[in-house]
Amino acid sequence: MRDLHLTVPAASGPVKILRGIDIDIAAGAVVGLIGPSGSGKTSLLMVMAGLEAATSGQIMIGGQSLAGLDEDALARIRLANVGIVFQAFHLIASMTALENVAIPLELAGDASAQSKAEAALREVGLGHRLDHLPGQLSGGEQQRVALARAFAPRPRLLLADEPTGNLDQATGDAVMALLFDLRARSGATLLLITHDAALAARCDRTIRMADGRIVA
Amino acid sequence: MKLAFRIARRELRAGIAGLWIVVACLALGVTAIAAVGSLRASVAEGLARDGTRILGGDIAIQGGAQELPDRLRAWLRARHATFSDVVTMRSMLVAPSGSRLLVELKAVDDAWPLIGAARFTPPAARQGLAVDPAVLDRLQVAPGAPMRVGNATITLAGTLLDEPDKIASPSLFGPRVMLPLARLQSTGLLQPGAIAEHAMRVLAPPGTDPNRLLADLRAQFADQGWHMRQARDAAPGVGRFIDRMALFMTLVGLTSLLVGGIGVANGVRAWLAARARTIAVLRCLGGSARLVFAVVLIQVTGLALLGVLIGVALGGTLPLAASGLLRDLLPVPPVDGLYPIALAQAAAFGLLTAASFALWPLGRAMRIPGAALFRDPLMPVHTRMAWGLLAVNALLVAMLVALIVFTADDRRFAAWFCGGAIATLLLFRAGAWGLMRLAHLFARVARHRRQRAWLRLGLSNLYRPGAATPLMLVSVGLGLSTLAAVALIQGNVRHQVADQMPANAPSFFFIDVQNTELAQFRAIVESFAGVSDFKDVPNLRARVVSVKGVPADQVHTTPDTAWALRGDRGLTYAASPPDGTRVVAGHWWPADYDGPPLASFDAALAKGWGVGVGDVIGVNVLGRTLDLKIANLRDVAWRSMGINFTLIASPGLLSKAPHTHIATLRAPTAIQAPLLRAVTDALPNVSAIRVADVLEVVGGMLDQIAAALAATGSLTLLSGALVLAGAVAAGQRARIREAVILKTLGASRQQVRAAWLVEFGLLGAVAGAIAACVGTLSSWGVVHFVMRADFVFLPATLAAVILGCVGLMVALGYAGTAAALRAKVAPLLRNE
Repeated sequence: MRDLHLTVPAASGPVKILRGIDIDIAAGAVVGLIGPSGSGKTSLLMVMAGLEAATSGQIMIGGQSLAGLDEDALARIRLANVGIVFQAFHLIASMTALENVAIPLELAGDASAQSKAEAALREVGLGHRLDHLPGQLSGGEQQRVALARAFAPRPRLLLADEPTGNLDQATGDAVMALLFDLRARSGATLLLITHDAALAARCDRTIRMADGRIVA
Repeated sequence: MKLAFRIARRELRAGIAGLWIVVACLALGVTAIAAVGSLRASVAEGLARDGTRILGGDIAIQGGAQELPDRLRAWLRARHATFSDVVTMRSMLVAPSGSRLLVELKAVDDAWPLIGAARFTPPAARQGLAVDPAVLDRLQVAPGAPMRVGNATITLAGTLLDEPDKIASPSLFGPRVMLPLARLQSTGLLQPGAIAEHAMRVLAPPGTDPNRLLADLRAQFADQGWHMRQARDAAPGVGRFIDRMALFMTLVGLTSLLVGGIGVANGVRAWLAARARTIAVLRCLGGSARLVFAVVLIQVTGLALLGVLIGVALGGTLPLAASGLLRDLLPVPPVDGLYPIALAQAAAFGLLTAASFALWPLGRAMRIPGAALFRDPLMPVHTRMAWGLLAVNALLVAMLVALIVFTADDRRFAAWFCGGAIATLLLFRAGAWGLMRLAHLFARVARHRRQRAWLRLGLSNLYRPGAATPLMLVSVGLGLSTLAAVALIQGNVRHQVADQMPANAPSFFFIDVQNTELAQFRAIVESFAGVSDFKDVPNLRARVVSVKGVPADQVHTTPDTAWALRGDRGLTYAASPPDGTRVVAGHWWPADYDGPPLASFDAALAKGWGVGVGDVIGVNVLGRTLDLKIANLRDVAWRSMGINFTLIASPGLLSKAPHTHIATLRAPTAIQAPLLRAVTDALPNVSAIRVADVLEVVGGMLDQIAAALAATGSLTLLSGALVLAGAVAAGQRARIREAVILKTLGASRQQVRAAWLVEFGLLGAVAGAIAACVGTLSSWGVVHFVMRADFVFLPATLAAVILGCVGLMVALGYAGTAAALRAKVAPLLRNE
């Protein structure tokens, strides 16, 4: 990322959210992104995922620039390279666990979507919950489904936005263990947003943000 | 209860959001019913107010083809009653140029009109031959022209601008021509057996009761077989027509209201879903289930009342606003005003519909615990309705059905309508179930065969938990079916009259051909090359005076067969069955039969009158009463356009009575004018009715009826569109969320769009297919059982309506969801 800026309009005038971000993240690295609420962590994740367009600056993933790409082109890049895990899980309520995990594989035209999704769910310990709807799963189970969905297409970059924020300590610990384990096995690059200093310490590198800037 | 009102008011301060559809749907349906009811009441009021004027007096006596006797006049004079003689018949009016026109001739005495005033230009035209202004144009004549009527040549005196005793309806047999009664004899038209109506209008002396006079008249002249009416029954045909039209339009309006009822259910459901957290908070804070129910009931009732009030206000004032236009279209000028009974009835329909459809979703709010309501957005909760509420809901539906049935003139038809509406709703619900099962199956096959993701996604959208399939299908089903039915009924009406004139239908009917003129008539006709299918039958005028010994005015008949007991009927005699006769009961008499008079009777009328073979029908022919014993029953094909008689008697006595002949023939267009000229020049008393002209007039009348039905039907389309928009809006939040997640996972907009097209396309196809079946079945029922016509399946009409509506549905659904595609991803992901 080079001199990345993000400004959004607001009733009281434009709000500068990202103010000249410069970061290089090596392939396979595990990076922790920390900072107080409102420092711009989630916005940075959105911009990296191509879910929000930077106002200016450059961002490249695997040598490909995201600048000037339309919504569908960005979706194709996500499909091929990026997995995302959210604090609020963001599962599709009316789809079963298996269907939720299979969706990105199906969208990519993977002929083995079902079997890969099933394997991914077994990998996160939910082989017995394949046909359950999100509403029938606990919070921890829902986040494990989200993890399986993010890892199933074998992304090169995994973005995780406070994945344990909605979970209790014990469940959160188990989910994080699973996240690090899956990451290690896949070799993907991981950018983890967290408020937890201990979690950040488990990363190869920690970036601290404040007021839309990298401060450390 | 105070607390419930307070909470309800506080909550509504935030706006009615999803409940706008409840207000709109009810307002629309109630408007339709209130407007039709008000219009019907205003015409009935017009008939009641102007009954005496339309009748032409306090009492009208119709004597049929038989001249009314002088002893009647003497009897009336002795009672100081005022009276006026009127004779109406069809005739040819011939201009000096030789152009001629079939006209409705009305001969009046000096006393006419007893009530109101006629307008002539110039006023002196009253004393001579006066014609409808249209005649001047059609025959290219001007006042002063010598016109031929029958054998007489009479100078055209002027035009007739207004008759106080005329119903404003299109003239089926030509424009009106009026002349003094004293001049009628000179025309030679009143031959024995001629098709004429001798009538008398009577005014009771001031201060006396017309009812009493009528009762005395009936008692004094009981055996005459005259049809006597009083002012309240001035235009029974108009009354029946308005009632039947009002029934059709009310039922179409009710369909619109029922479609709106589905909108009410959807709106309440969506609104409760949006209020789930508030309700859950109330429950958690100690609010009882009854309090929650009371709060939502107060809110929905308040908004339903608002919708009904808007509908009543619009429906009550619309006929007033359109009064000027309606005055020219209706047979009787409506009396402007507000009709509380019609408006109260519409309001009752609206409130019962709202209650019937809203109670179910409202009951759900009471049954679901707070925690479940919190989980509802993610995991739909199925609850069983409380038995008490279920019973109340069933009672409300029963009350709605009872109101529909018992306020309709044709209760059987209204009951069928209710049954049909309920069956249609169930059918669409079953269709949704079938579609979901099939989509599930095909999605599995598609997955197995590794079909494209958008196809699988589109299919799975149809059956996944919380899928909108049942909601969407039921929402559009009733409206779409109604439109299909209305279009097919309209198409059938047009088809019957305009497009489907029987191939062997005659070109002309010639009436009043005297026995002595038959040979000459035949010779003239046969001198024209190209004339074919010439047929003639004896024709006598007869009036049914009794059925199985019961006087005609006391016979119980079905509503659709009562017409045959009113006025003169044609009666013929035949030794052998006419060509094409299909005897369905009994046997035809031997060719040389010479015993007591027997009759062959129309089987449909026999069923309506409750008579059969062996029963006796008393008829009055030329003042003499004859008892005709039914020997057999026939199927009469009225739409064949050939000569048909309800009654055919055995020859014998009747063949010796003075009578005329009716003849039909087919002739190429090129020789029709010279043939008409040759016949009516040689036989001036003969009138010719051109079938194509009559059909054109009938077609115009039916077009007006169809336009009225289509206008009411279009309200159903509007209701359907509202309900669909509401259904799409209800699912919008979930759709936006899903689209955002799919895009986050890498789906392109094209993939999401394609999935939705699969979903809406299949929904539209299934809705269209079911609506086509329901529409066809119901239109068949109306055409076959109500209109008593042969149903013709019109695939092109049906396809146009269904495809048009399904296209609209897909477009509307797709447009609604396209907004979801435009939603920004980041804000939604952040906010959840």
